[in-house]
Amino acid sequence: MTTLTDTNVYPRRRFRLPLLIWLSVAWLALMVLVAVTGDLWLPYDYQSIDLRARLEPPVWLADGSWSHLLGTDHLGRDVLSRLVISVQVSLLVALIGTLIGALFGTLVGLFAAHFRGWVDDLVMIAIDYQASIPFMILALAVVAFFSNSLMLFILLMGIFGWERYARITRGLALSSIQHGYAVAVRTLGASPWRIYGRHILPNIANALIVNMTLNFPQTIMLETSLSFLGLGIQPPMTSLGNMVGFGRDYLLTAWWLATLPALVIFLTTLAFALLGDWVRDKLDPTSR
Amino acid sequence: MNMLYILKKFSRALLTVLLIVTTVFVVLRLSGDPAIYVLGLDADPRALDAFRQQWGLNLPIWQQYLQFLGNCLQGDFGYSYFEERDAITAVLERLPKTLQLMGITGLCTLLIGIPAGIYAALHRNSWIDRLTMLVSVAGFSLPNFVLGIFLILLFSVTWQLLPTSGSGSWQHLVMPVLTMTVAEAAVFARFTRSAMLEVLHQPYMRTARAKGLRWHQAVCRHALPNAAIPLITVVGFFVGTLVAGGVVTETLFAWPGLGRLLVSSVANRDLAVVQIIVMLIACSMVLTNLVIDLLYGWLDPRVGSLRTGD
Repeated sequence: MTTLTDTNVYPRRRFRLPLLIWLSVAWLALMVLVAVTGDLWLPYDYQSIDLRARLEPPVWLADGSWSHLLGTDHLGRDVLSRLVISVQVSLLVALIGTLIGALFGTLVGLFAAHFRGWVDDLVMIAIDYQASIPFMILALAVVAFFSNSLMLFILLMGIFGWERYARITRGLALSSIQHGYAVAVRTLGASPWRIYGRHILPNIANALIVNMTLNFPQTIMLETSLSFLGLGIQPPMTSLGNMVGFGRDYLLTAWWLATLPALVIFLTTLAFALLGDWVRDKLDPTSR
Repeated sequence: MNMLYILKKFSRALLTVLLIVTTVFVVLRLSGDPAIYVLGLDADPRALDAFRQQWGLNLPIWQQYLQFLGNCLQGDFGYSYFEERDAITAVLERLPKTLQLMGITGLCTLLIGIPAGIYAALHRNSWIDRLTMLVSVAGFSLPNFVLGIFLILLFSVTWQLLPTSGSGSWQHLVMPVLTMTVAEAAVFARFTRSAMLEVLHQPYMRTARAKGLRWHQAVCRHALPNAAIPLITVVGFFVGTLVAGGVVTETLFAWPGLGRLLVSSVANRDLAVVQIIVMLIACSMVLTNLVIDLLYGWLDPRVGSLRTGD
């Protein structure tokens, strides 16, 4: 039997979560540090080929050597260097994608809330339409029809998730515009830009930030999945999904080629998911 | 549930299907001249003209659009130059394999995710609850292909128990199903848990207990049916992630289904096949959402009456 009002909930939670949150923050900080400073200490150029040193294992295995800490791939390229560049690319693409999506979605949501009427109806239909189709299928179709390029790919990552920002912004803006402060500012003669930019947006920012922390790891997962399929970031550039995709062919002989980037992807998305949950609990208690 | 509600949902679904087909048509025309695409950039201008004449590409755009709609209605979706046969044949041939994978995955997901979520909710804040939620977060943030790679490494390379790819026996099914089930069950467990927690705090649960029902009776008779209603809404999301996850999983395990066909067709720019698969997926999503809406309106009369707006 369980009692419904468990008064111990909160004190215990405070002790439990922070350890995982600390680990998550530490891992993400490491990733960001690696991505930002990578170019300063990379042992090799990530594209430099050395056919005499192909498929060398990492240093902790029997045949490993200190010259390639994490081994080399099928063309003798240094795995550590490629991993660092991949982290750079994957994080940067996800960051730009998330920012584009947040900006676009928020603007659309504000438009819908401001103009109402048929603009609102149109936006709602577009939101439902977008939400009903798996984005990966849409992305694959776009890549098929327009062929792949980096700009298009980043734009796709940006469009991903816009409908959630739009829905949140629209709903919250519609309700905040009724509030006393918004009415007061409008009566004082403020322009719509000022009302939304200076007064309403700061008030609904929490929910948008929460959505950003949830959207970011999903963007990473989408990007790495598409790159894994060979339809995302294209060689000679590299991304984490790309490395797993090429490493897949060497699982029998050189397992580290696929496993190391796969592990980095998992730890990064997991850390973001844990952190996102925690941030949501802190900033937006109503969403639970 | 009144007729107006049903009618509105039906017309919305039809409108969405039309919107999807129109989008495909527009995108198809935006992506370049089909004549040049098929015959090549340096083709004879007279050959290009003849090709356009033959396929009606010199007609006004609205006539082309109507023709496109008509072809779709008749099940004529064009010829796949890569497969060297009608695109629709190539697609339909792959469909059973995908349905098989999705069906088994769906069953496993429900059998694992829902009991786990209910158990976690009933034992809130126990270590099992925390563990379930932690596993759920991990499962959800584990991309399909990452989990699949780890499974191959474990079951095929290290223990040599299962084949790495292909289809035919039950052994081929284990890893693809496991890969997809983990992420799906994670979502279901999480959603079931929160739906149950919501219900357990309702006054009618207190009433049920007060009138003398035992705890498990109250849970079975009052909590579970009420928690099941919001669960229906997650089914749409479930089908969507199943489709998207299937694309990656089928490709990773070389499962001969629609997802793998889609990926290879995108890589080969086999547009006839791509447009069919995209329309097929979009239409099944619309159908799923329609069924969900109707079910929801039937189970929860407050939604189905339409008096409070849509």
